[in-house]
Amino acid sequence: MKKRITGVLAAAVLGMAAQVDAADYVVDKQGAHAFVQFRVKHLGYSWLYGRFNDFDGTFTYDEKDPSKNKINVTVKIASLDSNHAERDKHLRSADFLDASKFPTATFTSTAYKPTGEKTAELTGDLTLHGVTKPITIQVEHIGAGNDPWGGYRAGFEGRATIKPEEWGIAMAKLGPASQEVELFLTVEGVRKDGKK
Amino acid sequence: MSFWRSNERSYSGFAKLLHWISALTVVGLFILGLWMTGLTYYDPWYRRAPDIHKSVGIALLLVTVIRLIYRFSVPYPGSLPSHSKLERLAAKLAHAGLYVLLFVMFISGYLITTAQGDPLEVFGGVQIPSLISGIDNLEDLAGEIHEIAAYTLIGLAVLHAGAALKHHFIDKNVTVRRMTSGK
Repeated sequence: MKKRITGVLAAAVLGMAAQVDAADYVVDKQGAHAFVQFRVKHLGYSWLYGRFNDFDGTFTYDEKDPSKNKINVTVKIASLDSNHAERDKHLRSADFLDASKFPTATFTSTAYKPTGEKTAELTGDLTLHGVTKPITIQVEHIGAGNDPWGGYRAGFEGRATIKPEEWGIAMAKLGPASQEVELFLTVEGVRKDGKK
Repeated sequence: MSFWRSNERSYSGFAKLLHWISALTVVGLFILGLWMTGLTYYDPWYRRAPDIHKSVGIALLLVTVIRLIYRFSVPYPGSLPSHSKLERLAAKLAHAGLYVLLFVMFISGYLITTAQGDPLEVFGGVQIPSLISGIDNLEDLAGEIHEIAAYTLIGLAVLHAGAALKHHFIDKNVTVRRMTSGK
């Protein structure tokens, strides 16, 4: 009996080791080394920046086989923060993002295509305002390595430009210069298996 | 009747003035609030209308504070002897409810603007500092309360006016004239 359990455990451990060849990472939300930010033109005269404070995600990064790279991010819409209470309330309301009806936005990657040594195109489905549409994120791999506290980290920055009107968000009322929103997804992940 | 002293036959001139200023202002703020929240971003009133709404709201807060201090510091006409027990109780509850709802409106309105630490600016430059901030989504909660309380306040004011009209046209007593007559 004891042997059997050991065997099962060994198999499980081996199985885990096999899985983490393409290492799984948890986005370091706790240490706030990840940011979901956006910017949109105000009247066409300046950039307005905002961010979502509450989100979570995991990604897989395989240095040898990038086709295995993937990411999942879930963003809480009610955590929108543009440093102005009245504007935040308005953007979260049914006039725009409708956070009470559509509380989360998600991005699930479907393909990762390297375009350079440190750059790639990440394609995936963005679900926002109850609508799912594919988008392409330009990814830059910033760096990876051991951290000073015994873990292993990898970081990326992704940029994408979307037209929220395509997700049913009434952007028209903000004027022609404010139709596009740039998204900045900055993530640093900590390797789940703790391996270096 | 005296401007400052009420008696059992009539409210004082000052009490009437405060009552009717409040009534007109509450209805005006309600209509302005409904209208301004529907304005589009490029409307010339998009910024001005909320500025006016905030300033008038704070002015009404000051009037209401003065009104309450006055209300409890001079004799008050009270109910007519002909009013039933139920009518007295209903009137008391309605009057208290109107005051409570006014303060719910003042506080929730203030919090919509100040929830993230910004001051509330009124009268074109007077800044009322933020006292409560750092609570997630406080502005959303304050906005919902402000809207629900606004409809409740208008509903209660309609009941209040309906009761007054009942006293005037059905009971044919002086309840309403005490608040309207110049004597």
